[in-house]
Amino acid sequence: MAQSQAEIKARGQTAPTDTSNPEYFHKVVDCQWACPTHTPVPEYIRLIAQQRYAAAFMLNWESNVFPGILGRVCDRPCEPACRRGRVEEKPVAICRLKRVAADYKGDIDAFMPEIPKQKNGKRIALIGAGPASLTVARDLMPLGYSCTLFEKDAKGGGLMRSNIPSFRLPASVLDEEIERIYDFGIETRFGQEIKSLDALLKEGFDAVFIGTGAPKGKDLDIPGRKEAAANIHIGIDWLTSVAFEHVHTVGRRVVVIGGGNTAMDCCRTALRLGGMNVTVTVRSPRRVMKASAWEIEDAEHEGVPILDNHAPKEFIVEKGRLKGVRFAKMKEVGTDKSGRPKLEPSGEEVVIECDDVLMAIGQENSFPWIERNIGLTFNEWDMPTVDKVTMMSTRPGVFFGGDAAWGPENIIWAVAHGHHAAISIDSFCNGRPLTERPAPGSNLFSQKMGIHEWSYKNDYAPLQRVAMPHADKAQALRNLKVEVELGYDDKLAFKEAERCLNCDVQTVFSAPLCIECDACMDICPVDCINFTPNDAEPALREQLRVPARNKTQDIYVSAPLKTGRIMAKDEDVCLHCGLCAERCPTGAWDMQKFMYVEAQASQACLTHHNAYLR
Amino acid sequence: MSYISKPVAHHPQLPRNKLGLTRRDYEGSMSTLCAGCGHDSITAAIIEASFEMDLPAHRIAKVSGIGCSSKAPTYFMNRSHGFNSVHGRMPSVTTGAAIANRDLVYIGVSGDGDTASIGLGQFCHAVRRRLNMTYIVMNNGCYGLTKGQFSATNDKSSPSKKGEANPFDAIDLCQLAIQLGAGFVARSFSGDKNQLVPLIQAAISYNGFAFLDVISPCVTFNNHTTSTKSYEYVRAHNLASENHLDYVEPKEEITIDYAEGTTADIELHDGSRLILNKLDSQHDPRDADAALMAIRTNAAKGAVATGLLYIDPTQQDMHDILATDARPLNALPMTELCPGSKALEAINARLQ
Repeated sequence: MAQSQAEIKARGQTAPTDTSNPEYFHKVVDCQWACPTHTPVPEYIRLIAQQRYAAAFMLNWESNVFPGILGRVCDRPCEPACRRGRVEEKPVAICRLKRVAADYKGDIDAFMPEIPKQKNGKRIALIGAGPASLTVARDLMPLGYSCTLFEKDAKGGGLMRSNIPSFRLPASVLDEEIERIYDFGIETRFGQEIKSLDALLKEGFDAVFIGTGAPKGKDLDIPGRKEAAANIHIGIDWLTSVAFEHVHTVGRRVVVIGGGNTAMDCCRTALRLGGMNVTVTVRSPRRVMKASAWEIEDAEHEGVPILDNHAPKEFIVEKGRLKGVRFAKMKEVGTDKSGRPKLEPSGEEVVIECDDVLMAIGQENSFPWIERNIGLTFNEWDMPTVDKVTMMSTRPGVFFGGDAAWGPENIIWAVAHGHHAAISIDSFCNGRPLTERPAPGSNLFSQKMGIHEWSYKNDYAPLQRVAMPHADKAQALRNLKVEVELGYDDKLAFKEAERCLNCDVQTVFSAPLCIECDACMDICPVDCINFTPNDAEPALREQLRVPARNKTQDIYVSAPLKTGRIMAKDEDVCLHCGLCAERCPTGAWDMQKFMYVEAQASQACLTHHNAYLR
Repeated sequence: MSYISKPVAHHPQLPRNKLGLTRRDYEGSMSTLCAGCGHDSITAAIIEASFEMDLPAHRIAKVSGIGCSSKAPTYFMNRSHGFNSVHGRMPSVTTGAAIANRDLVYIGVSGDGDTASIGLGQFCHAVRRRLNMTYIVMNNGCYGLTKGQFSATNDKSSPSKKGEANPFDAIDLCQLAIQLGAGFVARSFSGDKNQLVPLIQAAISYNGFAFLDVISPCVTFNNHTTSTKSYEYVRAHNLASENHLDYVEPKEEITIDYAEGTTADIELHDGSRLILNKLDSQHDPRDADAALMAIRTNAAKGAVATGLLYIDPTQQDMHDILATDARPLNALPMTELCPGSKALEAINARLQ
């Protein structure tokens, strides 16, 4: 007699995995699961390997809107998640492969959604022309909305233009991707800074989306700050001035204070504007620096020393001019509860002489233009209250997204917020409850083509991560606009694409077909398949062939088999090589491709995704 | 068979043995046997046993004859010595090798055809000579390589996949081995690694002729519902498991508590110990007559008696009986190995 899951649980055993819940297999696709917009990474990597760059680009464009931009400067939450990084040392270069799709896509105009000529009569105001607002516009335009984009700067792009230097993100790439969205028929109002939300609301928009970022760079109130103000710059403001060509030079000796990606952009920009001795100083130990590993690597490759445990104490001013910065050296004395190092001064002091200081110690939100009496509540840190799911503020019809919502994040999160906000705005304008979210689409499809043939390449390639070719260093350092990373060509891209383990091709197990011959367990190269008595999950994890101690990864548990045992598979380091299915005499294992399509406001922007669901 | 090679990547937390090797280091080439073949499970059990015993691959010689079973040595320990001999002639080749080099661990792999038909005479004499080896029969009751005809070990009650009756009685290799004087006789099932792995370890440790008859379903030709060598049948009729064996390596501490009176503790030549948990069985595996009785009474009931059926912990092997030099031939200096024509003349003179 079949046992109910409640009965099994009551006995302290692990209930069979519910694979009908799309989130189970979605989680196995680590990269897609980690991506805030859930881009179907393995699928587009296979398309790149097949040189179907336009199709690869479109899957990306539909999910993350800015493949060319993100293929260069994404924060890449997918890469630390990549299963390859757990099997070997280095994950698949997912971000760089995305760039390949963008570089070689060719003409994709024909794939753009049709924008209705007959509008639906709803007007949406978008404040700030960054990735969040642009995503909202892209998602809503195919539904017939009229979108008006307000931007205080002369050009759109937000921090993608003002804060990311062109040697990492060429203006041509940025322009192409944002103009593609302008071409949908958005009304753009550049150079128009919104000074009052109340006034804007009175213009009768049906909904307002605020994507103004976190535009205020933090300052450091230590002695000498005022006296040396002429040579002390807020990092993001300085980068903006460089981007808009208001600043062309910097002193020969530059100290950058801060350890995030902005600090890395500041030091590398300074090198290109004439800085000869550029030093980055960080208050905390190196291992907790906020900057991405690859950005630190690039800065060091260009010759910038990074000094950690340096806490700024004083700007030294002589004769009214900045002379240098005095630092207290810090030492680590244990860690706090969250694992962050606790620091105290070591007693040693260091003076670094310099001509200019760039401060990149963080960014804050700033909403002086939002009246506090128009129905939007602000919390104790002066941040608006925004619903985590609907992106709506406490005033119906006013939405937030990107860094403006909950403080600095990154581009890919801004895009994800944009998608969520667009769904909410569409529901709001049509009188549907915002809490009812559209379900994701998914399907599973067998990849079996013959006895031991699969429609994906299941042969594991023991290859090292392909290094990114760089422009000549001397030449790159002379010109701010020379892009440092050259991108993979088709051959390098193919090689790197072969490293992808195809984690979306799932190992699907059917308990009634299993004869418990052990063939799958014996062949599995990473010992993840087990036939074992059932037990409560913590105990079950310990009794596997190799104990499953990575708790972030699920155990795939089958219904009881004929002997009363269960099949338990640790998903952690499964190579998706399909040998379990090849060695199974009864077809109890099958390799099935799992497609997961995150819902958006408009199906018109998901045609390439939806083609997989048919 | 799979066309891809088994990925070189292994689990990063895979345990290592005293030699610093992982289980994966004891593997051979990718199996070309049918998917689900019991032989592959036995191969995996040999790999597991060798890994756990910290066996160095270069001290092992794997010898086989012809048949699906005899292909199996290719699939484990690809850094060991190996000889894939003529059909049924594995015992002769092993005898020669064992005479020449007594220091190697000999693992003979054979099948029911290779042992019970064409090689039956060879098998008998290897047992009789007390060859110091582990003789594993991967027993599926049919000739899988030639489309599944009945072999000599197929039960009379077990018709073919197409329903043809089997007119002849089966040869029971375990009974035969006990009668011929094998010192270690066990039967197991490819689908029960908990039982099989310690039996292989004990057989390898045993000094003398160790025989293991492992029922290994042929998924392609002999796994149908009426077969007595199918996964389902053997599982259902393996209730007569005579005992559960724990293999304890030399100098290893015994960590399991056994209920008093249920166990027999047998020490082997190399200092390793076999802790036999006798379960419900009344028969003492040191008693050959009782062992034969247990096999026969269970067989009459249609049950399969598995576990360590018979053991003589004191048996002398071929080298003891022949009082050969304690060193392998390759360790003898040339003067001893080939004493010269004068010594030959002296021997000849003695015989005249």
